[in-house]
Amino acid sequence: MSVRRLDPIQPESFKFSAANMRWAKAQVKKYPKGKQASAVIPLLWRAQEQHDGWLPEPALRVVAEMLDMAPIRVYEVATFYTMFNLSPVGKNFVQLCGTTPCWLRGADDLKAVCRRVIGEQNQVTEDGMLSWLEVECLGACTNAPMVQINKDYFEDLTAENFEELLTDLREGRDVKPGPQNGRQFSCPEGGATTLLNATASSSAKRSTKSTAKAKPGRGGK
Amino acid sequence: MLKDQDRIFRNLYGFEDPGLKGAKKRGAWDGTRKFLANGRDWVVNEVKASGLRGRGGAGFPTGLKWSFMPKASDGRPHYLVVNADESEPGTCKDREIMRHDPHLLIEGSLIAGFAMGSNTGYIYIRGEFIREREALQAAIDEAYDAKLIGKNNKHGWDFDLYLHHGAGAYICGEETALLESLEGKKGQPRLKPPFPAMAGLYGAPTTVNNVESIAVVPDILRRGASWFSGLGRPNNVGTKLFCISGHVNRPCNVEEEMGITLRELLERHAGGVRGGWGNLLAVIPGGSSVRCLPADLCPNLIMDFDSLSALKSGLGTAAVIVMDKSTDIIRAIARLSYFYKHESCGQCTPCREGTGWMYRVLDRMARGQAHKREIDMLLEVSYQIEGHTICALGDAAAWPVQGLITHFRHVIEERIDQYSASPEPEGEVREPVAAE
Amino acid sequence: MPKLIIDGAEIEVEDGITLIQACEEAGVEIPRFCYHERLSVAGNCRMCLVEVAGMPKPIASCALGVNDLRPGPNGEPPEIITKSKTVKKAREGVMEFLLINHPLDCPICDQGGECDLQDQAMAYGVDGSRFKENKRAVEDKYIGPLIKTIMNRCIHCTRCVRFMTEVAGVEELGMAGRGEDVEITTYLEQGMMSEMSGNVIDLCPVGALTSKPYAFAARPWELRKTESIDVMDAMGANIRVDTRGREVMRILPRNHDEINEEWISDKSRFIWDGLRTQRLDQPYVRVRGKLRTATWDEAFAAIARKLNRAKGSRIAALAGDLAGAEEMFALKDLMTRLGSPNIDCRQDGAAIDPAKGRGGYLFNSGLGGIDTADALLLIGCNPRTEATVLNARIRRRWSSGQLKVGLIGPEADLSYRYDYIGAGPQSLADVASGKHPFAKVLKSAKRPMLILGAAALAHSGGGAVMAHAARLADMTGMAGEAWNGFNVLHHAASRVAGLDMGVLPAKGGLDTQAILKAAKAGKLDVVYLLGADEIDMASLGNAFVIYQGTHGDAGAHRADVILPGAAYTEKSAIYVNTEGRPQMTDRAIFPPGDAREDWAIIRALSAVLGKTLDWDALSEVRDAIFAAHPHLAMIDEVVGDGGFDLKKLARGSARIGKQPFGRAVDDFYLSNPIARASAVMGELSAMTAGGTSGATGTDG
Repeated sequence: MSVRRLDPIQPESFKFSAANMRWAKAQVKKYPKGKQASAVIPLLWRAQEQHDGWLPEPALRVVAEMLDMAPIRVYEVATFYTMFNLSPVGKNFVQLCGTTPCWLRGADDLKAVCRRVIGEQNQVTEDGMLSWLEVECLGACTNAPMVQINKDYFEDLTAENFEELLTDLREGRDVKPGPQNGRQFSCPEGGATTLLNATASSSAKRSTKSTAKAKPGRGGK
Repeated sequence: MLKDQDRIFRNLYGFEDPGLKGAKKRGAWDGTRKFLANGRDWVVNEVKASGLRGRGGAGFPTGLKWSFMPKASDGRPHYLVVNADESEPGTCKDREIMRHDPHLLIEGSLIAGFAMGSNTGYIYIRGEFIREREALQAAIDEAYDAKLIGKNNKHGWDFDLYLHHGAGAYICGEETALLESLEGKKGQPRLKPPFPAMAGLYGAPTTVNNVESIAVVPDILRRGASWFSGLGRPNNVGTKLFCISGHVNRPCNVEEEMGITLRELLERHAGGVRGGWGNLLAVIPGGSSVRCLPADLCPNLIMDFDSLSALKSGLGTAAVIVMDKSTDIIRAIARLSYFYKHESCGQCTPCREGTGWMYRVLDRMARGQAHKREIDMLLEVSYQIEGHTICALGDAAAWPVQGLITHFRHVIEERIDQYSASPEPEGEVREPVAAE
Repeated sequence: MPKLIIDGAEIEVEDGITLIQACEEAGVEIPRFCYHERLSVAGNCRMCLVEVAGMPKPIASCALGVNDLRPGPNGEPPEIITKSKTVKKAREGVMEFLLINHPLDCPICDQGGECDLQDQAMAYGVDGSRFKENKRAVEDKYIGPLIKTIMNRCIHCTRCVRFMTEVAGVEELGMAGRGEDVEITTYLEQGMMSEMSGNVIDLCPVGALTSKPYAFAARPWELRKTESIDVMDAMGANIRVDTRGREVMRILPRNHDEINEEWISDKSRFIWDGLRTQRLDQPYVRVRGKLRTATWDEAFAAIARKLNRAKGSRIAALAGDLAGAEEMFALKDLMTRLGSPNIDCRQDGAAIDPAKGRGGYLFNSGLGGIDTADALLLIGCNPRTEATVLNARIRRRWSSGQLKVGLIGPEADLSYRYDYIGAGPQSLADVASGKHPFAKVLKSAKRPMLILGAAALAHSGGGAVMAHAARLADMTGMAGEAWNGFNVLHHAASRVAGLDMGVLPAKGGLDTQAILKAAKAGKLDVVYLLGADEIDMASLGNAFVIYQGTHGDAGAHRADVILPGAAYTEKSAIYVNTEGRPQMTDRAIFPPGDAREDWAIIRALSAVLGKTLDWDALSEVRDAIFAAHPHLAMIDEVVGDGGFDLKKLARGSARIGKQPFGRAVDDFYLSNPIARASAVMGELSAMTAGGTSGATGTDG
């Protein structure tokens, strides 16, 4: 982790879309009266989603105003939490887990792929499609190595299928999130060792949702 | 091996419908009203009697923790906060609960909320779990729609459950940092006392529990405290979700009985150590924060709280990180040190300054660019951090380093010798441990 | 009263204190960086670790209350150990961590010689470093024109952040980032908009935040330290004036729990460059329309020529806001001997009648009374600009949730929330008659308080305002035996002493307004301004003006003769603060050039005029003052209730004006002649006028 600063190039202003504004107002209601500052992370996150995946300075002031917080307090939050990108990122923002469980299973190979295909960390490719960042444990260790691209996890990666994945993303093709080796979530590869009855009875009707082809993109626009 | 009927998380792998219908089919939301009708004390006593120890890492008895909440409100609300900020390297179990068996968590939250006189619960999920957040929110919405929770629900205890998310900070898994974060601040741990049960969220009595701790409660009540306490060994009872990662043939999550041996766990469920049991170098048995254990301590290793802490390691979150003999153990631990440096909140001196120091020394050691006397210095630095910080992150950063030096000092010394025998040629620098 | 054993000795301590305080009571020194008595507990530096018997880990003694300790199994008192090997190790460890990334640039650091880190490293550190990595480099931040930052030195104790948020009430400073990269900064490096920001310089335990105007100017051991009293407002903050040779190098606060605690405003702290510039360092006489330098004899002769020809009733004198008791006493004496009844110490025309009792013009509850008040009505008063440090006290009480504040007068950002009642006297009448709901707040309060500001009393209907305020106090039971919450907040440091000594029109004499009117109408021949610069000089008409003062300000520009006096740092003088507490300044340096102490000037002039005053030494003046006004001799004591008669005060015109209250202080940074001569104050004034302030989360 290095010093986190706001990007030197900033837009003039930021405004929540009407839909996001409605959503934000509903968020604040989750918290008791007078505790609206609780919504600062969700609101900043929504601002980041709306603003192509990075958080512009005017958004900090907008959120501060909405939540009756001092701008410095919002700035503290924005610089403390590492998911807030303070500079532009690629349309597909690859967060590569480099922590030991992923490293043990080849995260370095994935890093090499990133360097070759995308470039150095935090550099956005010229076409704007890709950028990457080494991040800390994303909590999918039994499916290591893995990356998060925008909202989705892509797990059980190898250098080969990862490079393919990046190529597909760059070229706008649909990709399938989750394990990339055909495995069922965190079930042992090749078949479960437990819950065999349950599995037998229902293995045919896998949750449709989880295997649906998803196109990674940012919501909340 | 744990029998399938004794498993709580019957949709761990998501083969079945995670929704309300599926959950009910698996037994969720069955008898909930009756449990509440038995009263608050009954629930707390039942959880106490079950011997459940917190599943978030520290292993504090859950029932006892609940009993710290004031019996009656002094005008302040009571809060249940569920810690779903699963971020301990190696750990990925709560994720499965939230996306595949969310109703157990929701039902558990209602029961726990009732047991501590709380009408409001917050689940704090880590920011990266976006799909999990969506899945859990969908389940919460389902529960509201079916009047299982919320105001005037079927169970007779008003209970609002809100999902709140973070934005990338391991430290928010520390309960008071989590509360700070939930209040809209930086996730910097608070000084204790006061403990959350006295002054937690918004200064009101609060209990923070791990996802798994909460999600097992409904089944404990359904099947009886004695069923749960009958599994495992005394003081280390029940079932546990294990996360097996690293150098095994088939990494996986699995629910097993407490006290299963490491070897059985790995061989029965994870296809064994890559290259065979003999190829095992070391294991980190409870998530990155516990001290690693070398292979020679592993043959009869019992996976529970007490036996692992007897070895100065710990069950932690039961995240088993396996390393075979191909592993550069210095680098493996250096990468963890980088993690703690990255995740230190920066509030208190020993952790803020010490984690970076340890990482930099280890990074050099991984290349052999160090003096042997620095090994003891590094150990001393780790002791200067341990026990001197506001929260346990300092300890968590120190222990992996201590484990490395205790068990693998010879590897570091060999590396240093190698380097001094043939230093890298000018200009050729080994890649650093992390892409800083 | 819990009992403890600290390093083997049993001690009984107060309930609710922390271990660090208990250790202090036991005479055991505990090193610390982040802990500060007047700030919230952060517990982050970990320097104050101690061992508590039975606890597995060392404990941060600043964060644990004595009541949190449990007695031993047989009821033995909890035992605290501060001298064990464990504690020594813990301290050395923390010290080492603090130093690994600290630049150790003490030889070029302004904190050198008075640095907590330096001192404690000597006492608790080891002599070498084992840190072989590169030190962290941190970019310096701009946080305003007063505070220089060298962020490499920062040890992240957050004292500055806590001070600004909690005491100054300005949420502008924060700690951004995390881990080893945390940085103290303001939002986008904007300058801090606070009148108290300079205190972070004192609070910073290292050289990260130092005084910008004082940068590289002196070393602490070169400075002569003089304990004195601040005169920038009427609080009488206790200060220390540090001098080298003939110059004031800096001004620091001294602790006084009942007045300023240990804070001073930025004006009090950074005023010193104003003491060096625009100084009147020799007498001047106006010759053919132009001021020419003169000798004392020439100046006195010019005055004598005028005064000897003037009738007493055609002579008048006004004492300014910074005048000490001695010179006002002397001036009054001289005026009496000249047969003039026309003298006033109320430049602003405040409607105060000392005949109605001293309590009618004092801050009767004491400044510390704020700490127990539970309702407060501010009337024509902006404590933030009129008594900055007092405002912090109000804020503290308010943030404890136990004080409700209402305001009548111009709306302002006071750094706390208040009920805005209205702009002028009519609103006061509404509260006093019980029409406004705030009356209920005051009535139901246990310790209600009102503060009449200078602007309320200087209002054209000031007498009626005073009467209504008194009625309100009467109605709400504000001013009783045990508690008197009827308070007047003066802004002029000289005022209370002046009122106490009757520096007011004698029988048939003219007050300030009348003097100005008479002068304009040509009915006065001579007007003597003793440092009075805040009046409308154009009103002086063709009168012959004697200006005795320190700076080339409004008065000097209008003067026909200028007599150079001594500033508050250059003389020993008595000032009585708004509570009625006499305090004494001490001479830190000599007045510049030919300037002289003010009482001595008047004494010398009296001899030239043939009206020689009776005394000829400072001690003799004081004896005369004390003989006439014994309570002024009780230095640092507030004597009695000063004679308080609410009924008398309440008498007066019931008809109240409609004109809204004005502001006693238009520009905080330029409120007196010294401030107007200060380049630093000028910069601050311009910065404030730039209008980047306002975002402090408070409203009306």
